[in-house]
Amino acid sequence: MRARYYFEGEEHEELRTQARRFATAQIAPNATSWEEAEEFPRSLYPALANAGLMGVGYPEEFGGCGGDLGHTLAAAEEILLAGHSVGTIVGLSSHAIALPPILARGSEEQKRRFVSPVMSGEKISALGITEPSGGSDVAALQTKAVRDGDHYVVSGAKTFITSGTRADFVTTAVRTGGPGHGGISLLIIEKDTPGFFVSKKLKKTGWWASDTAELRFDNCRVPAENLIGPENSGFFAIVSNFVHERLYLAAQCVAIAQLAYQESVAYARNRSAFGKTLSRFQVTRHKLSDMATKIAAARALTGEVAMRAMAGEAVIAQAAMAKNAATDACSWVADQAVQIHGGYGYMRESIVERLYRDARLYAIGGGTREIMNEIISKTEAF
Amino acid sequence: MKILVPVKRVPDPELKANIKDGKLDLSGAQWVVNTFDEYAVEAALRLTENADEGSRDGEVVVVTIGPDDAAVQLRSCLAMGADRAIHVASEDANLDSLLVAKTLKAVYDEEKPDMVLLGKQAVDGDTNQVGQMLAALLNLPQATFAASIELADDGKACVVSREVDAGVEFKKLPLPAVVTVDLRIVSPTSITNGITPESHEYADGPRYASLKGIMKAKKKPMDNKTMADLGVSGSPVVKELEVTLPEARAAGQIVESVEELVKKLSEEAKAL
Repeated sequence: MRARYYFEGEEHEELRTQARRFATAQIAPNATSWEEAEEFPRSLYPALANAGLMGVGYPEEFGGCGGDLGHTLAAAEEILLAGHSVGTIVGLSSHAIALPPILARGSEEQKRRFVSPVMSGEKISALGITEPSGGSDVAALQTKAVRDGDHYVVSGAKTFITSGTRADFVTTAVRTGGPGHGGISLLIIEKDTPGFFVSKKLKKTGWWASDTAELRFDNCRVPAENLIGPENSGFFAIVSNFVHERLYLAAQCVAIAQLAYQESVAYARNRSAFGKTLSRFQVTRHKLSDMATKIAAARALTGEVAMRAMAGEAVIAQAAMAKNAATDACSWVADQAVQIHGGYGYMRESIVERLYRDARLYAIGGGTREIMNEIISKTEAF
Repeated sequence: MKILVPVKRVPDPELKANIKDGKLDLSGAQWVVNTFDEYAVEAALRLTENADEGSRDGEVVVVTIGPDDAAVQLRSCLAMGADRAIHVASEDANLDSLLVAKTLKAVYDEEKPDMVLLGKQAVDGDTNQVGQMLAALLNLPQATFAASIELADDGKACVVSREVDAGVEFKKLPLPAVVTVDLRIVSPTSITNGITPESHEYADGPRYASLKGIMKAKKKPMDNKTMADLGVSGSPVVKELEVTLPEARAAGQIVESVEELVKKLSEEAKAL
């Protein structure tokens, strides 16, 4: 089964060729060691930028490569398929959530200062929304920012922040106004700002190569010019990227499932038991067929919603459906891949063991499975 | 400066060779630009640009002889930055090195480039003949296995370095000439063109095609020709009889002592 979205054409194929070349040379040989070390080298950011892959889907005006969501999804999938390290890829792409609010609501000056250096791989960006006291309930966040002259004084904490320990700046959701979503603003907080601390690097089930941090703001004085858009308009800047973020995560699920499936097919063809290869057993072939089918279904829905989003349709519920469908397909396929690999599938030396752990994130991160269902229920108005 | 770069599409060299009835089965193959030809495109681009300013200064024309699908590989070269492409239609089975060289001669006669730059060999057939044959047919100077190229200030000659057993050999060639390239040609400072400042260091390897380059490639000119258009006819003089895999190697052995090694070499391997 060829891993392609229905919207892909010759230019996506060429983009995939570039992505594959980069990931095969720069990521795949180190995939296991970076995952085990829970870190990949910082030099990979400029390398990705040099290969023309950092800025796919971002405006050329600010150092991006142009292109649309479809290009982003195709390139992301190919880097994952050829690079074999989910942790590295998600770490490399924390800008996919950190930059859109700046691009959507930020000033020209902010775009120049913060977007361009990320596009060139010089700077690392992160998004800080979830707090130790709550995640899904964004409107209840507690980190406070109090205006003091031409600064905001920020106090509070953020957790589960992808690329948090290494980020040069964090697009941070803070409370500048009253309770609820109407009191939230987005502030760009730079690493060296006094009062900004990385409290700890977190240990996770999967996504090992990506760094995930807990951050603390202790009377952190942030220049008021780092406010994105008008005060108390942050909530809308956050939610405006949700459709793209969810489709991006759905595409990661499709890619992880595809990789687990490919590994399983190769293993089944080679591994012998009872005098024949696993693929000669009907039980294996049917299992692989089910895996292929679920991937195809998740890919089809993700691709369709992406096409609708690119055409300008409002697809909030559909994107939530795509994320849940792809999440479920990915978790199930990764689990079956481990089963086909038997004892080896349970060993850290096999890729599918790692993919099985990586897959668990997607029902939690970027909006939980339950939040997705809430969005769907509201739209369907049951 | 105008450079003609002949490129060949080859089956992805990473793939396992699949042999059926004495022939290579390429039905499921992914096709890519021959690695050394991709290096030649990179070298040609470096020769015709100011890398510091990101501006072009010259023309790179890529040409391939192959089936309809080979347009994909030409477009890859255009996406890297080549200016235009020529696609000469032919089935792979109807070609050998000499016919390819004759066809390229006809393209050369139409295009009149300052240099023909190509890979030292294709990684499928590994014949390493086309560049040399082309130079002979054109009666042009040639330098094979180029590791670096330096253009003379007047643009009328180039100095090519070649890695040979005894060290590095330098050849000065009047242009036009035929140059075939080895892998070292894509090192960071292997090309000197008198335009890009000598302090410029390229990333190692052929450049990546940017998304912008990929989009632009669709609009760049691609001429479609047949061998008859070019006045080339004939059939291959080299015929493929059969393809077989080399015999599988027996597993190695670990010996305990020199005595045992000598004994095995003499009695089992009959090497002594």
